[in-house]
Amino acid sequence: MPMGDQALVIEFGDHIEPECNARVHSLTRALDSSTPTGVVAVIPTYRSLTIQYDANLIGYTDLTNQLRDIDVNSNAHEILTNRIVHLPTIYGLEFGPDLEFVARHSELSAEEVIRVHSATDYLVYMMGFTPGFPYLGGMSEEIATPRLETPRNSIPAGSVGIAESQTGVYPIDTPGGWRILGRTPLKLFDTSRERPSLIAAGDYVRFVPLSNKDEYQMIEEQIMKGEYKPTVTTE
Amino acid sequence: MSDPAFQIIDPGLFTTVQDLGRHTYQRYGVPVSGAMDAFALQAANLLVGNESAEACLEITVQGPTIHFLTDMVIAITGSDMSPQLDGEDIPRWEPLDVKQGTLLTFGQLRDGMRAYVAFKGGIDVPTVLDSRSTYTHGGFGGYRGRTLKSDDVLPVSSDSASVSRRKLPSGYTLPVYGNHHEIRVVLGPQDDLFTEDTVATFLTARFKISTESDRMGYKLVGPTIESSNSANIISDGNALGVIQIPGDGSPRILLSDRGTTGGYPKIATVITADISKLAQALPDHTLRFNRVSIEEAHDALEHQNSVLSALSRQGKPLSMTVSIGDTAYQVETPDGLPVTKTSLHSASISETTRRLSAVIDGKTFDFKVDVTQEA
Repeated sequence: MPMGDQALVIEFGDHIEPECNARVHSLTRALDSSTPTGVVAVIPTYRSLTIQYDANLIGYTDLTNQLRDIDVNSNAHEILTNRIVHLPTIYGLEFGPDLEFVARHSELSAEEVIRVHSATDYLVYMMGFTPGFPYLGGMSEEIATPRLETPRNSIPAGSVGIAESQTGVYPIDTPGGWRILGRTPLKLFDTSRERPSLIAAGDYVRFVPLSNKDEYQMIEEQIMKGEYKPTVTTE
Repeated sequence: MSDPAFQIIDPGLFTTVQDLGRHTYQRYGVPVSGAMDAFALQAANLLVGNESAEACLEITVQGPTIHFLTDMVIAITGSDMSPQLDGEDIPRWEPLDVKQGTLLTFGQLRDGMRAYVAFKGGIDVPTVLDSRSTYTHGGFGGYRGRTLKSDDVLPVSSDSASVSRRKLPSGYTLPVYGNHHEIRVVLGPQDDLFTEDTVATFLTARFKISTESDRMGYKLVGPTIESSNSANIISDGNALGVIQIPGDGSPRILLSDRGTTGGYPKIATVITADISKLAQALPDHTLRFNRVSIEEAHDALEHQNSVLSALSRQGKPLSMTVSIGDTAYQVETPDGLPVTKTSLHSASISETTRRLSAVIDGKTFDFKVDVTQEA
């Protein structure tokens, strides 16, 4: 479908589910490995891919014809190799002011909330909202908790929060109403890095609980010295 | 190489460094940014002899006061803010010599909203994510990620451009922006979520630009536009000029600093050739949308770009290539020299027919070429 005279959007479905999302990422990767002339940028989202092009270099019909020829595997979801980005996270204490509330709301202990939250590898459906913000899917309903009634004015970068059945990480200091469970010392977005965003759409995110504040501070120091290398595995 | 080139004495209302923006990081949630009126920015650059995409100052409604620390060539395009050099009125849309120690000031806003100042060589702030554009909300790009302040000193690249300066084609009329704007749109991508009557209202009503408008986008005031089912769709990517309809029924046009994704239905998208008009539209101005096809939109863009390409052809050495597949081969004169304006006009070659040759995979091919010069 055209979106103006220099963009178009390809829809793969009308639901938020991993199979449909995998087809979006499959086409994204196909375009990354062989980009048609005139394609300026792509934005993969939950169930669609937005393609921006330069109309001085390619016309709408030419581009759509080229896109039709690209084979998007219908079981992309099973064959794609995905990166799993590990986020060391300290839960509770001053880093996670809402951990106790979420525990009470879920009728679980704080330890059980941490166990449930860190047991899943979360699919990054898309990025958006602010630079480096991942939209994660797949959180257990067991710990789903409504947003704060009054949003906080500032949430520190790295904060890990939940809102209803979504979970996410704030890449930069922003106001926000999510329930904050903890914090990762990792910088999700840093313009001075060659790859500014630690996470890309189509990756998975794994929260790795840190056992105490010392571990958090040790990683923080290593990051400051430029000695820390984030753990990324493939599934 | 770059040198301190000018100092901000008074920053004006909202002055930033912009180029044509950062496009490829949208998939990580990074907005494009860049000049709101990309046409005016490119024209300004070409006039001073730059490539079209160099970084310029974007100035808004109330211009800055600038002290030049060195001699240079500048050009001012876009809105008319009564520019003066040391108190003398100066022309817009043409290259100007300025001397070290002179003062550039702006006065009354006569027409439009945003002006661009290009400096020969281009403003030399560091590139961040492949662009020199300022993204103020993210605090990066441009000059220290922010609007300019008094006493900021900015560098300009001293690498001399190959072209000294350029002039607008004679007969080109400078844009007059006015206070009512007819804006062409391509419908969609979600116009099917609106009834025919609603789309008809959208295409005939006069909307007013709200004061809640900035580089992210413009909010419009007018008849309520309601989608036929729910107010939200699953979040999609956004393009420049997309018109979202949020739950309150007030259309919002997304511009340079727009979020990369959004969950409101998009009834239509402003064509690229008319983004410049929008960039020059002030709050309280009115606008009306007119539907066109993608082909008409591309024709309009080509028409707008023809001025830029006419500009960029000036002073460029003429070169001729033969393309076979994806490879371009340089065409030479019988003396083995590249084809230039001079060699084409040299006495050894007849008036209208040139004998030229190109070497392709080791074999020499001779061509007889009839040349007609484009106006």
